[in-house]
Amino acid sequence: MELLATSATTTSLHYAFLPRKGLFGTPVSAGTERRCVRKVGPVKISAKFELKPPPYPTNALEPVMSEKTFEFHWGKHHRAYVDNLNKQIAGTDLDGKSLEDVVVITYNKGDPLPPFNNAAQVWNHDFFWESMKPGGGGAPSGELLQLIERDFGSFQKFSDEFKAAAATQFGSGWAWLLFKDNKLAIVKTPNAVNPLVLEGYPLLTIDVWEHAYYLDFQNRRPDYISVFMEKLVSWDAVSKRLEQAKLLV
Amino acid sequence: MAMRSLLSRKTLTSVLLSGPKSMGLGLTAAQSHRSLQTFTLPDLSYDYGALEPAISGEIMLLHHQKHHQTYITNYNKALEQLHDAMEKGDSSTVVKLQSAIKFNGGGHVNHSIFWKNLTPIREGGGEPPKGSLGWAIDTHFGSLEALIHKMNAEGAALQGSGWVWLGLDKELKRLVVETTANQDPLVTKGPSLVPLVGIDVWEHAYYLQYKNVRPDYLKNIWKVINWKYASEVYEKESS
Repeated sequence: MELLATSATTTSLHYAFLPRKGLFGTPVSAGTERRCVRKVGPVKISAKFELKPPPYPTNALEPVMSEKTFEFHWGKHHRAYVDNLNKQIAGTDLDGKSLEDVVVITYNKGDPLPPFNNAAQVWNHDFFWESMKPGGGGAPSGELLQLIERDFGSFQKFSDEFKAAAATQFGSGWAWLLFKDNKLAIVKTPNAVNPLVLEGYPLLTIDVWEHAYYLDFQNRRPDYISVFMEKLVSWDAVSKRLEQAKLLV
Repeated sequence: MAMRSLLSRKTLTSVLLSGPKSMGLGLTAAQSHRSLQTFTLPDLSYDYGALEPAISGEIMLLHHQKHHQTYITNYNKALEQLHDAMEKGDSSTVVKLQSAIKFNGGGHVNHSIFWKNLTPIREGGGEPPKGSLGWAIDTHFGSLEALIHKMNAEGAALQGSGWVWLGLDKELKRLVVETTANQDPLVTKGPSLVPLVGIDVWEHAYYLQYKNVRPDYLKNIWKVINWKYASEVYEKESS
């Protein structure tokens, strides 16, 4: 397991949350920090997941995504998923496994076990914070833009389709840009479901659970989605993930 | 308003039974199109602020005028598209529209019940049910507290968006606690289930006031639950 050092500056790239697959296709955790606790006395090792902060200060996305939203979204919701996951898996077979492994195992081929919701939501939110950056938005360039134009016709058409997926995910869920079968694709998923358990390598996500936007936008999910595209998306992160995805093909 | 709903069910049934060209029930295609019912937002019988402090006026206004209204708008749109597809015999579109109808029609059904499930404290909100419903609750759950405890536990544990219900199973003649996902009405959990009390646990129902602490919302909403209405439904449906 390779943990890449994260930089202290808010504008630097963070590789920490790129899902990585080992040589034989099994996911290797390069993500959420883990602390191994060795207790004195009878040897007992337990590995606990920790809540990792976003790669920017919690007020860095103001005024588009408020600090107040971060206080709750990261500080309460994301934190609760981490804490509850740790409680659920302590002392079980899942204890000590990577986050990605826990997600895939507990998805149980579509008949999820209790820890799935927490595990997947921990992963999803890590990935989400990394999908945004201060001064984000605009359009991608280089190979990513070429692929978008190839697979969607134009960046505008991609943007419209991504926004529509996010707007029409009924109830709670996420919209994703994926790299699948050598092509870009957009999917929407309910509740905690994510591409680790579907097919495809995730490149970008937007959280459309109401808690993600209600304080700033109330019922106006389309406004939130527009502003996410215009001002928040970290195309740097998306490009880096695409590079990783292509290495695995 | 009940009368209007009856009419809409009848006219929709007529459209369903007659093919696009049929004059069997005396309805021409033009007539059946004119009689397609559109739904409108039902009024609340209390002010937006009247449920405070249990539910804030800000939430009530958004919940009613924005969320419920949007379900109705989209439900009407889907029904119109369904009507067109049925007239053309376009089965593929008819089937494709089912999820939009379930989402939005379900949203309309559920929220219409919800507004009646709530009432200000000064109008009896929170007053425990007496009569046959009170007796049935004690019999099936032990006590009202036990029922509330159970509904709160299930409501808090519901992942994502949905509802927690107290329902009457008309066939088995007993009360049940059920949850449904998204805007699925209670009847999707069993055709003989009748909703008595539904509590919306979508985040929009509580977030501005209670933020992530759904259990606090659940604890407090019982202060404004309209048990009189639930009792009326129970008595009518269990006779």
